[in-house]
Amino acid sequence: MATTTTKTETLVGKRIKRREDPRLITGTATYVDDIQMPGMHHACIVRSPHGAAKIKSINIKPALEFPGVAAVFSGKDTEKVGPVPCGASLPGLRVPHHHILAMDRVYFLGHPVAVVVASDRYIARDAAEAVEVEYEPLPAVTDVEKAIAPGAPAVHPEWSDNIAFNYHQDGGDIEKAFKEADVVVKQRITSQRLIPTAMETRGVVAEWLAGDRALTLHSSTQIPHLLRTLVAQMLGLEENRVRVATPEVGGGFGSKLNVYAEEALMGFVAMKIGKPVKWIESRRENFQCTIHGRGHVDYYEIAAKRDGTVLGIKLKLIQDLGAYHQLLTPVIPTLSVLMMPGLYKCQNIRADIVGVFTNAVPTDAYRGAGRPEATHGIERMMDVLAVELKMDPVDVRRKNFISSDAFPFATATGLMYDSGNYAAPLDKALEVVGYTKLREEQKKARAEGRLMGIGLSTYGEICAIGPSPATPAGGWESATVKIEPSGTVTVMTGCSPHGQGEETTFAQVAADELGVGLDDVLVVHGDTAVVQYGIGTFGSRGTAIGGTAMYYAIQELKEKIKKYGGLLLGSDDVSFVNGACVDNKTGKSVPLAQIAAASYRAMKLPPNTEPGLVATYFWEPPNFTFPFGAHIVVTEVDKDTGAIAIKRYVACDDSGNILNPMIVEGQVHGGVVQGLGQALWEQAVYDDNGQLITGELMDYAVPKASNLPWIETSHTVTPSPVNPLGVKGVGEAGTIGCSPAIVNSVVDALSPLGVRHIDMPMTPEKIWNLVQQGGKA
Amino acid sequence: MTRTITLTLNGKKRTDTVEPRLLLIHYLRETAGLTGPHIGCETSLCGACTVHVDGKAIKSCTMFAVQADGRQVLTIEGLAADGKLDPMQEAFWSEHGLQCGFCTPGMIMTAKQIVQRNPNPTDEEIRDGIEGNLCRCTGYQNIVKAVKAAAAAKA
Repeated sequence: MATTTTKTETLVGKRIKRREDPRLITGTATYVDDIQMPGMHHACIVRSPHGAAKIKSINIKPALEFPGVAAVFSGKDTEKVGPVPCGASLPGLRVPHHHILAMDRVYFLGHPVAVVVASDRYIARDAAEAVEVEYEPLPAVTDVEKAIAPGAPAVHPEWSDNIAFNYHQDGGDIEKAFKEADVVVKQRITSQRLIPTAMETRGVVAEWLAGDRALTLHSSTQIPHLLRTLVAQMLGLEENRVRVATPEVGGGFGSKLNVYAEEALMGFVAMKIGKPVKWIESRRENFQCTIHGRGHVDYYEIAAKRDGTVLGIKLKLIQDLGAYHQLLTPVIPTLSVLMMPGLYKCQNIRADIVGVFTNAVPTDAYRGAGRPEATHGIERMMDVLAVELKMDPVDVRRKNFISSDAFPFATATGLMYDSGNYAAPLDKALEVVGYTKLREEQKKARAEGRLMGIGLSTYGEICAIGPSPATPAGGWESATVKIEPSGTVTVMTGCSPHGQGEETTFAQVAADELGVGLDDVLVVHGDTAVVQYGIGTFGSRGTAIGGTAMYYAIQELKEKIKKYGGLLLGSDDVSFVNGACVDNKTGKSVPLAQIAAASYRAMKLPPNTEPGLVATYFWEPPNFTFPFGAHIVVTEVDKDTGAIAIKRYVACDDSGNILNPMIVEGQVHGGVVQGLGQALWEQAVYDDNGQLITGELMDYAVPKASNLPWIETSHTVTPSPVNPLGVKGVGEAGTIGCSPAIVNSVVDALSPLGVRHIDMPMTPEKIWNLVQQGGKA
Repeated sequence: MTRTITLTLNGKKRTDTVEPRLLLIHYLRETAGLTGPHIGCETSLCGACTVHVDGKAIKSCTMFAVQADGRQVLTIEGLAADGKLDPMQEAFWSEHGLQCGFCTPGMIMTAKQIVQRNPNPTDEEIRDGIEGNLCRCTGYQNIVKAVKAAAAAKA
């Protein structure tokens, strides 16, 4: 990375303890539910208990009789509020009008029907129970394949079938590839609906200042500025009169990369009652009404030569959209198509997506958003092919890897992979796990009748989302860097982190670049009244795009610092080194604090130079970044119980340059465990009437500490040429690499029984049944 | 209908008049203004609301404030003495045992209890001990490391 700084001790690359932690470990951070305001009221939302029903009548009178209830609103009151926005556009996309409160019909369990506002949260809940809604239940459909079968009930009566869109993509010559193939392998692979389950549910505090016509929304969101733009539109307010202030956010994983009905609804309520109002989602509501992830049924076909060379990949992808489009719902499966060839050089693809409405909460971006599904597909298929050809799964992958000298590499799906050395993390992971020896052990285990499995995935992903033309709302990011008159540094980033540690990693870069101490840098984010317009934190973009915007703002500042330094030193030949300007002829220097003071005091200005040291940079990335890696999992299946014991979990990831290894490892750990959650336990289950069977944490199995393996992490480093930091992004890598590796491992364990594929989650019941039935599901 | 309760909260005695149905977590957060303990599920499953009552880690979302009458309650805010972090807080910080931080106050209170009961816990004992506290960010690995480090620091 180009830098003029020659500080002896740099911070980038070090395990620096996080600067956000002191407030978090002492319980003094402010999350949205911690906000109190004078006169603040509480909202409770009345929601549909049916998956599909007509609303015959709503009687709010009993609720209004509760002492302390200020107001009750239903759909007819909020009819003029604009619809919950869908930011995606696809040819022929059917977009149902998504009112913030249901009108005459409900489309999914938990669909908001009315809102009760009271002086106390207990009273609001009591009164919400008293709202009388008469429903006429209708047939529902929640299974995505049943929803496209003839005769299925129409989720939206304005259309005769449930197909929201068809999307087709071709690359190369798929017909020729299949004609020339020695073998064709086919497999149906599902990627089940998941519930993101951020530990902090969603919440909003809305405050309306009638005299100023100004609305402030405190919301637990990943995208404060986009939320402000869209809520202003929904409520018909001027954008500059709406402020979104993001407090501490207790996890998002994509579920807070959205604009929800409740965010506009709280603005509406605050404007109506003239008092601040708070709504905090219960966990039950979070499961029913915050977006779900995944929801794929995929049909894969792979054409290959007998030596393992993949010639062509066909995918029919059926996406469960739920009842509506949230912000990005329909585009998520298109990301799966982009990622379909994985790390392999195959140039012939065909993909057909069918987007399907169901009577369920919408799906949208959940950690990985389309890429875990695609990676699960291709990495499972590589193993299916290996079994068919009686090849080692490692050899099949090596046979097809894009070679390290072929970058930048144009994929059949229209991407340009930036840099890669795919064999490097695979070699390292194989070495760490002791692959050859393990295969020997496996032979022994099998001879003893034990079911031991070794599985791997060599994954790739799309990070740093993304160049603006490839995104629905701008893919750049912004930063303002201010050197204050005292010489301390304030960075305002358009990203809005919620656990990623950007207050630390960004400060590391800024401190190195400006030659100041870590404690001299403050990183500010999340409040639209303070921070210039930004896009947000999602799609592993924070450091790669937001960090780069900051880097370029600092480079602009350095030029200005040198001008002021030259003025103070009386020299036209100065460098900025280690936090000071140095006269290259005399060696005399002047420190940054003195330069900053002089720039604001402005007794004298350098030619054509303004006072002050502030720079704002909006950086448009020229491309995505493409991290990769290899995960290897060793398992043993208990024949008697169906339990899967994970004996080893080895992850070798390449996310480009690493700013803070401690934070990168933490991201991998968390990502892997979310992948294990999907592979082993988690599944959002609706019954045929649209009831959510997994409606609480009691029934939806997020991973607990006691049933997890020790994750052995390591890295290779292939810098990205896309940005000057050489970083790629790591937030989603663990999740993407994980699920195929463990499923491949368990399939390998059960392969002596003839098992070729297992759909997730691989619950003990499912595995036990497979074992009992000799491998036949 | 209300009742008057007196309890010792983070070492200080206080008296409040509360509704009998008021949950301890709401009393702590809204009456006493201690927003360190969080609400993650309201059903005793996630552990974000964990505090100590008479020295035992409990989930304050399924206990009434009136049940704390006459008892000692310790929250995350009461751990650091004279501005000095508790060794468990230090360990969570240095081992990167948190990301979004929402589960952290409850997790630290449970972790304190584990080490109080068993000064040298194994990895497995730590994992079993924090089973009632959910974290969606860290994958728990660095939390296990932190609890071990804190136990070692005290020994």
